[in-house]
Amino acid sequence: MSRLDALGWHRVRFELNGRVVESNAQPRMLLTDFLRHSLGMTGTHVGCEHGVCGACTIEIDGVPARACLTLAVQVHGAKLRTVEGLAPTPDRLSILQEAFRRHHALQCGFCTPGILMSLDWYLRTKPGPTEVELREFLAGHLCRCTGYVPIVKAALDAAERLREASHA
Amino acid sequence: MKPAPFDYVCAQTVREAHVVLAAEGDEACVLAGGQSLIPMLSMRLARPKVVVDIMRVPALAAVDDNGQTLRIGAAVRQAELLRRADLGDKQPLLRLALPWVGHAQTRSRGTLCGSAAHADPSAEIPLVLVALEGTIELSTRWRRRRVPAEAFFTGMMTTARRPDELIEAIVVPCRRPNTGYAFREFGRRYGDFAIVACAALASPRGARLAVGGVADRPVARNFADLHGRALDEAVEAFAWELEARDDLHATAAYRRALVRRMGREMIEEARRCRG
Repeated sequence: MSRLDALGWHRVRFELNGRVVESNAQPRMLLTDFLRHSLGMTGTHVGCEHGVCGACTIEIDGVPARACLTLAVQVHGAKLRTVEGLAPTPDRLSILQEAFRRHHALQCGFCTPGILMSLDWYLRTKPGPTEVELREFLAGHLCRCTGYVPIVKAALDAAERLREASHA
Repeated sequence: MKPAPFDYVCAQTVREAHVVLAAEGDEACVLAGGQSLIPMLSMRLARPKVVVDIMRVPALAAVDDNGQTLRIGAAVRQAELLRRADLGDKQPLLRLALPWVGHAQTRSRGTLCGSAAHADPSAEIPLVLVALEGTIELSTRWRRRRVPAEAFFTGMMTTARRPDELIEAIVVPCRRPNTGYAFREFGRRYGDFAIVACAALASPRGARLAVGGVADRPVARNFADLHGRALDEAVEAFAWELEARDDLHATAAYRRALVRRMGREMIEEARRCRG
């Protein structure tokens, strides 16, 4: 059993979007700050910092989770995905991202990375959600611009296109 | 909103967690899913000297079903339990209440035992534990004890856990024959903390109603097999005994009205689900 000293900087290594990354963190460092400040991955946004707004939602070991409710040292050895990992190539958007653009599902864009990460996971685990199910799932995210209508439309559209893509 | 400095221990065994708790007592905090503790750390409502992460202890990750009870280990996440297809059959009240705990994005990390440890008066898991007359299994290096839920929750975010004790598991009875279960909560928005939450059990002999969000802890009451006006009056008396208070979210009178209405509806719904 090793004890990580409060003021020491400890090596944290994990897989991020398919690539092994590492840097140093104090035990108290939140994963949001580790991603943004230590690794320079600023796609993950920081909103409320207590788990309510959903802006920092990423995927940890295959499930959506709040990066602000996670310590960097907790994810040593884990597999993470962030919004930077969604697009298949640098010049192409994913089906979900493309649907967000088509439906104007973002205005200021602050909440978008978290919502994309949540929905990307949700549409993989539940390919044919109803609007009610989608809205219930989106309750874990705050968006103060759109009123959610275009987000729900984009998600339903993306779900349909993803189903078609998987049948093709 | 950044936590104050603390040491971090990632325990690999229950014994390792016990050793830290024995040495540090109330200067140590146990970290499981972190969905309640990390906000407390960030807001500096908790300033432990050391945080003990128990999520990599294999012995705490099990759900044991012996036919009579479900024993849910301290590292079992809420989403993990909810994913079990047989949960509604094993214990319907857990199946009904879990979707109300936080959001999908927090249930993926949050644990049931962590919610019990945090003991928020409006939280669902403590309410279910009290409704089902479940127990909390606590251990130190040298001893182990089981505390009934009603004795475990002692007030607003306070429990009977001693500083050197680890919550190893919660234990709830499996579904009982000829018993119905119901759960509902009322809040401003789905996923908010409940203004009032009600859990009910009904058997031919009578009903049990547990209420969260009103008193400083979840409170349950047993009723005879009452109907109509007699039932209304009994629930009404219970609503007054909870000593509701006014706060930012609702007045005491509003909370009592919710207990009367939802309490009765949940008892009736539990009766319908019997069998």
